Amino acid sequence: MTFPSVPGHTHAHVLDSDGNPVITTSGLTKIYGADRSRGREVTALDGVDLHVREGEVYGVIGQSGAGKSSLIRCVNLLERPTAGTVTVAGQDLTALAGRGPRAGKELRQARSRIGMVFQHFNLLSSRTVQDNVELPLEILGRSGKERSRKAFELLDLVGLADKAKAYPAQLSGGQKQRVGIARALAGDPKVLLSDEATSALDPETTRSVLQLLRDLNRQLGLTVLLITHEMDVVKSICDSAALMEQGRIVESGTVSELLATPGSELASALFPVGGEATDADRTVVDVTFQGEAATQPVISQLSRTYNIDISILGAAIDTVGGLQVGRMRIELPGRYEDNVVPIGFLREQGLRIDVLGQEPVLLKEGARP
Amino acid sequence: MTWSETQPLLSQACWDTLYMVGWSTLIAVVGGLPLGILLVLTDRGGLLQNVFANRVIGQIVNVARSMPFIILMVALMTFTRWITGTTIGREAAIVPLAIGAIPFFARLVETAVREVDGGLVEAVQSMGGNTWTVVRKVLVPESLPSLISSTTTTIVALIGYSAMAGTVGAGGLGDIAIRYGYQRFETELMWITVAILAVVISVIQFAGDYAARSLHRRGGRFGAAPRLRLLKPEEPPTADVGKVA
Repeated sequence: MTFPSVPGHTHAHVLDSDGNPVITTSGLTKIYGADRSRGREVTALDGVDLHVREGEVYGVIGQSGAGKSSLIRCVNLLERPTAGTVTVAGQDLTALAGRGPRAGKELRQARSRIGMVFQHFNLLSSRTVQDNVELPLEILGRSGKERSRKAFELLDLVGLADKAKAYPAQLSGGQKQRVGIARALAGDPKVLLSDEATSALDPETTRSVLQLLRDLNRQLGLTVLLITHEMDVVKSICDSAALMEQGRIVESGTVSELLATPGSELASALFPVGGEATDADRTVVDVTFQGEAATQPVISQLSRTYNIDISILGAAIDTVGGLQVGRMRIELPGRYEDNVVPIGFLREQGLRIDVLGQEPVLLKEGARP
Repeated sequence: MTWSETQPLLSQACWDTLYMVGWSTLIAVVGGLPLGILLVLTDRGGLLQNVFANRVIGQIVNVARSMPFIILMVALMTFTRWITGTTIGREAAIVPLAIGAIPFFARLVETAVREVDGGLVEAVQSMGGNTWTVVRKVLVPESLPSLISSTTTTIVALIGYSAMAGTVGAGGLGDIAIRYGYQRFETELMWITVAILAVVISVIQFAGDYAARSLHRRGGRFGAAPRLRLLKPEEPPTADVGKVA
C-alpha cells in the first residue's frame, strides 16, 4: 500500500515510517472471565497489533469500553493478556510474566523502567509531593540523598519546585497531574504510559498538561503512549494515532499518513469540516491539503482546466500534531459520474479527496502495511 | 467505707484495668493488623487471591467474634494456663481479652484497608513494587487515620470486656463496681467507678479522634473521595470515569 507523496512539510519532528519500535504488541488479546467456568466472557482486546516508534507521541483513541484501558494496562502487564505478546524496548514482557498472578522480580524491574500516569492521579494522600515523587526511587532502593536530589530536579522540570512540602489535597487537579508526571519520570523511563491523564481536567489545564508531555517528549526523547477519548488530545500532541473500536484497532498510522488516507475516520474526526450539498444533482468533495500542497492554486487550476464552477461550502486551516493542514469542502455541478475526471485531477495533485456519499477507495484498515 | 479505705482500692482497680486493656490492645493490634490485611489481600481480586484461605480466616474470625466473652474466657482456660501458668489474676485475663479482641480488630482493619483506592495499588505496581511494598507504602499509611479510629474502638470495647475479668479474680474497675457496689450495696462506690470509667473512655476516645483527625487534615480526603472529587466544579465529571470492564 502506498500513500500519495506529501511535499516536504516544515514539521520539525517528522518520524520516519520505519523508526525503531519501542512498544510492540502482537495479537494482544484479553478476555475477562475466561478463567472462570461460569459467568459471561468479555473480550476487551481482540488481536491488537500496535507499533510505537522511539521518540513519538502515540495516541490511542476510542469510546468508553473500546478496550483502551485494557490495552495500556497490558503494555506493562498490570493486566495479564490472555494471548499475544508485548515487547517494550526490546524486552518481551509476556515472557517475563511467569505463571502465577503475581509479578516476578524481572517483570517488576521492567515495570520500573516504564512510567505511568493516571486519570485520577493516584497520588498517596499520606505523603507530601516530594515523598510521592520519591516513592518509585524508594522501590528502586536509592539512597535518601539521591532520592531528594532527583525529586527536586523533577519537580523543577514540571514547574512545582515550590510545592515539594505540600500534600496532594492542597493542590489543584493540574498540579496533581504534574506531580504524577514527575513521579512517573523518577525511574528515568524511556517510555511513558498515559491513561486518560487529562480526562479529569478542565480544558485550560488539559492544554498545559499536554504541552508539558510534549515538551518532555522533545527534551528527553521520551516515547509516550497515551489513551484518550478526546480527539483534541490527539490533535494537539500526537505524532501517530490509532482508533480503537470493540477491542480492535481499526485505523492507525502517523497523523500525516492518516490525513492522506481517503476515508479515514480518524482524519475526518481530527479535522471536521461542515457544509451541506445545495442540490441533489451536485457532487460534494472534501479536499485535504498538507504542508506545501496548501499553497498550490489547485482550485483555480481545476476551474480553468475543466471550465467548471466550484462553490466552497466550508474551509479551515489548522495544526494537527504539529502539521499545517487545510481542509476544504467544495461542490461541483453534476453527479459523481460527471466529475470523475476533475476528481482524478485533484487526486493527481497529491491531495486527499473524499467524495461524500461515495465509498472510499480504501476501506477501513490499518494505514500502515 | 471511708475515702481512706476506698482510695487505694480504686487506684489499684484503675491500674489493673489499664494494665489488662493496655497489654491486650497491644496484642490485638499486633495480631489483628496482619490478619485484617490478609483478609483483604486473599479476597477475590486481591493481590494474594486465595479463596480457600480467605474463607478459612473469615470463618475463624466470625466464630471468635460471635463468642460471648465470658464463655471465651472459660473455654480458653487450658490455653491460658499453658501460656501464663495460671487461670486467675490479671495476666490470666489478658489472654482471653487479647484473643477476643484480635478478630474484632481484624474486621475493623479489613474495612479500613478496603477503603484505600485501588488506583494507588495499581500505581505502586506500575513502579515495580511487590505486594509487601503495596502493604507498607500504600495500604497501611493510607488507611492510618481509620486504623487509629479502629484501635480506639477496640480499646473501648476491651474496657467493657475487662469488667468481666473480675470473674477470674483479675480485679479492675468493673470488678469493684460488681463486688462492692452491687453485692455489698455500696452505691456511692459503684457510681464512682462508673464515673471513672466514663472519664477514662472519654479521654481515650478524644485522644483517638484527635490523632485520626489531625492525620486526616494533613492528608485530606480519604476513602470514597477520589470519586467524589470529580464532582467539584473545577473538575467537571467526564463521561469516561469508570474503568473498562
